[in-house]
Amino acid sequence: MDNILSVLVFFPAIAGMLGFVVNKDSARVYGITVAAIEFFLSLWLWFAFDGHNPGMQFVEMIPMIPDFGVSYYLGVDGISLFIILMTTLMTLIGIMSMSVTENVKNMVITLLFLEMTMVGVFVSLDAIIFYLFWELSLVPMLYIIGAWGGTLRVYAAIKFFLYTFMGSLIMLVGMLFVAYIYHDLTGVWSFALTDWYALVLPVNYQLWLFAAFFIGFAIKVPMFPFHTWLPYAHGQAPTIGSVILAAVLLKMGTYGFVRFSLPMFPDASVIAITPIAMISIIMIIYTAMVAYAQKDMKQVVAYSSVSHMGIIMLGIFAMNAEGIGGSVFQMLSHGIVSGALFMLVGVIYDRRHTKMMDEFGGLASIMPKYAVIFGIMLMASVGLPLTIGFVGEFLVLIGFYQVSPIMTILAGSSIILGAVYMLSVYKKSFFGPVTKDENKTLKDLDIKETVSLVPLVLIVIWLGVYPKPILEPIDNSVKAMLSFMDEKAITQEAKDMIQVAKSTKEMK
Amino acid sequence: MLEPIKVSLESLNLITLAPMLIAIAGGLIILCIDLIKENLDKSLYVMLTVLVLFTDFISVMGLNVNERGFFDVMLIDGVSIISQLLIVAGSMLFIPLGLTSRRFHEYEYPEFFALFLFMIAGFQFMAASDNLILIFVGIETASLALYTLIALHNRSDSYEAAVKYFTMGALAAAFYAMGSAVIYALTGSVELYQVAEVLSSRLDEAGLMIAVFGSSVLLLSAFAFKLSLFPFHTWAPDVYQGATAPLAGYMSVVPKIAAFVVSIRLFGMYIELGVEWVRIIILVIAVLTMTLANIMALVQEDVKRMLAYSSISHAGFVVAALALDTTDGNTSIFLYYALFMFTNLGAFAMLWISRHKQRRFDDRYDNPYEKFAGLINIMPVGAVIMALFMLSLAGVPPFSVFWGKIYVMQAAVNAGYVWLAIVMGLNSAIAAYYYLKLVVYMFLKEPVKSVDVVYYNLSKPLMAIIGFATVATVTAIFYVQPLISYLYYMISASGY
Repeated sequence: MDNILSVLVFFPAIAGMLGFVVNKDSARVYGITVAAIEFFLSLWLWFAFDGHNPGMQFVEMIPMIPDFGVSYYLGVDGISLFIILMTTLMTLIGIMSMSVTENVKNMVITLLFLEMTMVGVFVSLDAIIFYLFWELSLVPMLYIIGAWGGTLRVYAAIKFFLYTFMGSLIMLVGMLFVAYIYHDLTGVWSFALTDWYALVLPVNYQLWLFAAFFIGFAIKVPMFPFHTWLPYAHGQAPTIGSVILAAVLLKMGTYGFVRFSLPMFPDASVIAITPIAMISIIMIIYTAMVAYAQKDMKQVVAYSSVSHMGIIMLGIFAMNAEGIGGSVFQMLSHGIVSGALFMLVGVIYDRRHTKMMDEFGGLASIMPKYAVIFGIMLMASVGLPLTIGFVGEFLVLIGFYQVSPIMTILAGSSIILGAVYMLSVYKKSFFGPVTKDENKTLKDLDIKETVSLVPLVLIVIWLGVYPKPILEPIDNSVKAMLSFMDEKAITQEAKDMIQVAKSTKEMK
Repeated sequence: MLEPIKVSLESLNLITLAPMLIAIAGGLIILCIDLIKENLDKSLYVMLTVLVLFTDFISVMGLNVNERGFFDVMLIDGVSIISQLLIVAGSMLFIPLGLTSRRFHEYEYPEFFALFLFMIAGFQFMAASDNLILIFVGIETASLALYTLIALHNRSDSYEAAVKYFTMGALAAAFYAMGSAVIYALTGSVELYQVAEVLSSRLDEAGLMIAVFGSSVLLLSAFAFKLSLFPFHTWAPDVYQGATAPLAGYMSVVPKIAAFVVSIRLFGMYIELGVEWVRIIILVIAVLTMTLANIMALVQEDVKRMLAYSSISHAGFVVAALALDTTDGNTSIFLYYALFMFTNLGAFAMLWISRHKQRRFDDRYDNPYEKFAGLINIMPVGAVIMALFMLSLAGVPPFSVFWGKIYVMQAAVNAGYVWLAIVMGLNSAIAAYYYLKLVVYMFLKEPVKSVDVVYYNLSKPLMAIIGFATVATVTAIFYVQPLISYLYYMISASGY
C-alpha cells in the first residue's frame, strides 16, 4: 500500500463526514473505532517503514496547481513517523477517556477532522499543503475550546486562533518569498520542500526568512514571550482539548523548526543558536517558577508544558544528532506524558469539578490506583531515569553541552525545578490527611479511565527502559539532515557548529 | 457639398457588440412581454434573464482575442473577455436569488429584470472599450440602472441608500468627466492607446506633469468611489445596508470587476508611462483601505455592514495588485474576484434566506449578530455552510479566497513588495477576528429568541445556489489551476 499516507490523512476526514449520519448515542463508539483503525493504520506504517533508510518514504506526489507550483506531496521519514504514531495514539486515547457528555457527536466529528489536519501537517512535504493543514487545524480546536470549555471559553478560543493565525500569515509571506526566489533561480514555481532544500540562500535572506518562519512556529510552540495564549487555552479547554493541544498541536511548532528552519536556513539557524537558547532557558526557568506559583493543578501542567517545550527547542538548536534526536524523542515523550497528565487532571475534575490543589489532600489513600498512575506520569514529566522523560531530556542536555556547558547547566535546572513544582503538586494533593469531606467518597479510576491510562504507563516505562526501536530511525534521519545541512551551509562558523555525528551508538 | 460618409458594414466588426446587444435586446423583450400580458410570475422573468445572460456568456466566449470594432471604440482583448465572462457569470449566479419563498416587492416588476440586463450591458461596455467616452456611457448606464434597482426595494432606507449612492456616483462621474477632459486637453484624443502614445512623447515637456498629475488624481478619485476605496468608501456600508442582500452581494463583486478593468487600463497606462506617483498613491490607498476598513468592520453590530466593510477591505487588498502593474498582479485581480464571487454569493445568500419583512432583533439592522446566535442548534447545516464562507473570507485554506489571497501576496512578493505582502498578511489576521465573531455567535452562543427565524425565506432555487457556492468554495483547489492558466494566458495575450 504505497498510498498509506493519503489513507492516514483522509480516513479520519471521511469518517468524520460519515459521522454526521451516525446516531448520537453511538457516536462515541464510532469515534473510538475510527480512531483505533487509524491507529492500527499508523502502526502498519511503522512496520512497513524502513528504519535504515533516512530519506522520505511512501512519497506521493500529485500536481495540484502546476502553474503555481502547488502539489499534493506527502512523505514520511524517521522524524515525522513517530510524531504521526503519537498523534493517532493520543487521539485514540483521548476519545476513549473522553468525559464530555453534551453534544458527543459533534465532539467526535470535530476530533476526527482535527486528526486529519494533525496527521496532514506531519506528512506534507509541500509548503502550501503544510500551511493548509496547519491553518485548518485551528478551526476544530477553536470549536473544541469554545464549545466545551470553561467560563472564559470564547475569549480563550479566539485568543488561541488569532495568535496562531497571525503568526502563520507572516510565515506564509516567508513561504511565498522562498517560492519567489526558487522561481527566480530555476524558472519553475515550486512549493515542494525537497526542492526548497536545494536552495542555497545568502545569509541575509536566510536571516529574514528564518525570522518569518520563526514567528509562525514560535507562537505555536509557544516560545516566550508568545506563550500567553497557552495557559488561557489550557485553562478553558475541556480535558480532551488540552490533551490534543499539549500532545500534538504544540509539536507542530517544534516539528516546523526541524522540518523547515534548520535544513532550509542552516547558517541563520546557527546564528540564532544563542538567542534561541536564551529564550529557551528563560522559558524553562521562568515558566517553571510560574508553574510553582499556580494553585490550579491544570495550570501547573500547562506551564510545565511550556517549560518542557523549552527543552525541546534547546535540543533542536544544539545542531548535533544527540540534541535534535533527543528533541524529537522529547516531543513524543512530552506528548504522551503531558497528555496523560491532562487526562489525570480531567479525572479529578470530573469528580470534584475543581482543579484547585487546596481542595484536595490525602487523595493517595482514597484513590490509590489514581495516585500510582499520577505518580508515574509525574516522575516521567520530571525526567526520572527509566521513564520516557529521562531519555529525551538527557539526550538534549548532552547535545547542548557541546554547544555551551553553562547554558546546559542552566537548562538542567529544569529537572530540579520540575521536581520542585511537580512534587509539590503531588504533596499538596495526594499526601497528608484528607481535609475535605467531599473527598472521602471519591471513586478510584473506573474501567474506562484505567483502560486509557494503563497503555500510556506501559509506553512510558517501555520507552524509558528501551528507547532503541524509536531512537534509531529518528537518529538516521537526523544524521542525514545534519550532514545535508553541513554541506549546504555557506559560512565557516555554521560548518563548524553543525556536527555531523560519526557515531552515537554508545548513547543508546 | 460634403460627400456622404460610406462605412462598410464589415469594417464595423459588429460581432464585438453582440454581447451587449444581446443583453439589451433581452431587456427589451422582457418589457415587451409585460406589455402583452401582465402579472406574470417572477420565476418567468428570472429564468428569461438567466437565459439571456447565458446567451450573452456564449457570445463572449465566441469573441476573438485582440480585435477592435465599431469605429475602433470597442476593444476586445483578453482582459475584456475574461472580465465580461466574470460579469455575466456573476450576474447569472445572483439573479436567481430573486426566487425566494416570500414575495418581495421589486421582483414583481419586469422592469427590475430589464434594468438588470441594461446594467450588465453597461458593465460590458466599460470592460470592452478603451474609449473614454464609451467607458463613461457604460458607467452611467450601469450606475443609473443600479440606483434604480436599489430604490425598487420598497423600504425607506433603500431610498436613502439609492439617493446616497446616486449622489456619490454623480460626483464620481463628474470627477471622471473632468479627468477625461484633462486627458483630452493634453493629448487631443479619448482613445487610450493614442493617449498613451501622445503622452509618452510629450512627457518631458515642462509643466506637463502638473496636468498629468491632475488628470490622474481626478480619475483616481472617480474610481476610488466606484471601488469604494478609502477615503471615498463611506457610502458603501449604508448602501449595502439599505439594499437587499442579493444586490449588496452583487455590488460587492460585479461592478467592481468592471471598474477594475477600467482602472487597469487607465492607471496601468500611467504607471507604464513612468508616472510613479500614481503607483505610490494607489499603494497608500490600498494599505489605508484594507487597514481602516478592517478596523471599522471590527466594531460593526450588523453582519451585512460587517460584510460591507469586509468587501471594502478586500477591494483594498486587490487594488494593491493594481499598483504592481505586472501580469501576475493583473491576473491576481481577476482570480481574486472570481474566487471571492462564490464565497460572497454564498454569504449574502445566507443573509437573504434569513430575511424577514419586519426587523425582529433590532430596530435598526436586519442582520445583527444576535440573529445568528446558536444557529448550530437551529439549523446545523446552515451554520456549517455560513462558517465555511466566513473562514473562506478570512483566508483559511483550502477555501476559495485563500488561493486568491496567496496569489495576490505572491504577486506582491514577485514585484519586490515584500512589505506589502506582510501588511496583507497582518490585515488578514485582523480580518479573521470579525469573521470569527460570526462563527463564534453561530457555534458558541445560545440562541437569543424563538427559533423559527432562519429558514424563513428559503426556497429550492436558493438552496441550489447556496449549495453551488459551497461546493465552489470548498473545492477551489481543484479548479484554481485551469482558472489561473486561462486568466494568465488571456491577460498576457492582451499585453498587461
